Amino acid sequence: MTTLSIDHVSRWFGNVVAVNDITMTVGPGVTGLLGPNGAGKSTLINMMGGFLAPSTGSITLDGKPVWRNEQIYKHIGIVPEREAMYDFLTGREFVVANAELHGLGEKAAARALATVEMEYAQDRRISTYSKGMRQRVKMASALVHDPSLLLLDEPFNGMDPRQRMQLMDLLRRMGDEGRTVLFSSHILEEVEQLAAHIEVIVAGRHAASGDFRRIRRLMTDRPHRYLVRSSDDRALAAALIADPSTAGIEVDRAEGALLIQAVDFGRFTALLPRVARDHGIRLLTVSPSDESLESVFSYLVAA
Amino acid sequence: MYDPTVARLTYRALLGRRRALILGALPVLLIVISAAVRAFSGADDQVAADVLGGFALATMVPIIGVIAGTGAIGPEIDDGSVVYLLSKPVKRPTIIFTKLIVAIAVTMVFSAVPTFVAGLILNGNGQQIAVAYTVAALVASIAYAALFLLLGTVTRHAVVFGLVYALVWEALFGSLVSGARTLSVQQWALAVAQKVAGGELVTSDVGLPTAVILLAAVTAGATWYAGQKLRTLKLAGEE
Repeated sequence: MTTLSIDHVSRWFGNVVAVNDITMTVGPGVTGLLGPNGAGKSTLINMMGGFLAPSTGSITLDGKPVWRNEQIYKHIGIVPEREAMYDFLTGREFVVANAELHGLGEKAAARALATVEMEYAQDRRISTYSKGMRQRVKMASALVHDPSLLLLDEPFNGMDPRQRMQLMDLLRRMGDEGRTVLFSSHILEEVEQLAAHIEVIVAGRHAASGDFRRIRRLMTDRPHRYLVRSSDDRALAAALIADPSTAGIEVDRAEGALLIQAVDFGRFTALLPRVARDHGIRLLTVSPSDESLESVFSYLVAA
Repeated sequence: MYDPTVARLTYRALLGRRRALILGALPVLLIVISAAVRAFSGADDQVAADVLGGFALATMVPIIGVIAGTGAIGPEIDDGSVVYLLSKPVKRPTIIFTKLIVAIAVTMVFSAVPTFVAGLILNGNGQQIAVAYTVAALVASIAYAALFLLLGTVTRHAVVFGLVYALVWEALFGSLVSGARTLSVQQWALAVAQKVAGGELVTSDVGLPTAVILLAAVTAGATWYAGQKLRTLKLAGEE
């Protein structure tokens, strides 16, 4: 049982706060670290992996500090986001070197390469590998010493769907074996498919934490904004505002449209077509105006 | 203190095709120059000392030192692959010490060996000139490798700073300001060479005891500090 504890951790670079007072505990199983690009996920993972000192707060693995403690790497496997990895070596040479640095040998390397199913290309130079192959060899190098904690920074970036499935299966297996697996991603669906537990980071802050159902609910229950054009905007607006599912309606004369703020997503989506039909109004455009992940996240932060 | 795996990775990175070509170019040039000088002006001790002192020790050794010293760690830090060394239960000073040994070995092979060959070509080691400059190159290799390994650890512009030190400080500034010569790896190495040659042809501005102490201090200090810097090396984030 390996538990990674992040205790009131902040990290700033000059005037920029990258990670802002985050406290969380990562236990066995697969945890997804979700957040938009630039949210501070990599900074947090770098601190978890002992490559960056927190400006304040502490990070410990089963009570032992990870910063300036190279013995901790006996228990941690790291899959960095960056591509560079001794491209002049073959996959096998690379994994063997990683095994040797852990005091292990060819056998451990062969086992790790088998786990990621890379034996077929292990004698090719890494410089000839595809992105997915590189990712798998990185995985092998992280698994070679059978670590109890696995940290992966954006592991699915640039992978094709098949490679993605394979890696997900592998990570799921690792989690089921009782390892603590933490991976970062900016894609909700990716995290939802794999992680039982999700931690959401937005703008350096810890925005939400829980299982994916809770996170999903938080994300769909938020106020939604719609842009609606119809044959009679003002009549439609008057009819809609009478219902509690709308919180506000703005008549955008320049756009010739209504900007509607809905607070009850389910009720509003049923209400709109009914009201239009009842009042003989034709709906010309109905489009959500803030479906970007960033707006979803910013709602979570404000909540 | 020495990790064979780190050494193997460093050797393979350093002696990759392109870098090996750069490392090999200057020694080849030195030997070609020496052969040409010998062919045109015959064996002359003064000329031999001038070529070995002016080109081999003053220019070639520091440049090879820059390439090997910074190249032993700089590119790994630059592209982030050093993370695979740092995420292992290996002591940081062990990584630095191993890389230092590799950098010294490569610098010695690519600078001291050609210096000796060139010396033999120039005047057949008359007045011990070839041996003296070879010893100077060996000694300088150690200090340069340590200095430039440190540079490679602390800055992304290690090659530029290294070349500025080697060419501007040692060659130019040193010839204008006599005080600068006291703080010059080249002069320290020459002090050792002077002892070996024992004649008038190889001279240094620095006394032997001072030179030896400074060489040892710089090598040990730079290596220790590089180890400390690596312990707290911040890997550039993606954000």
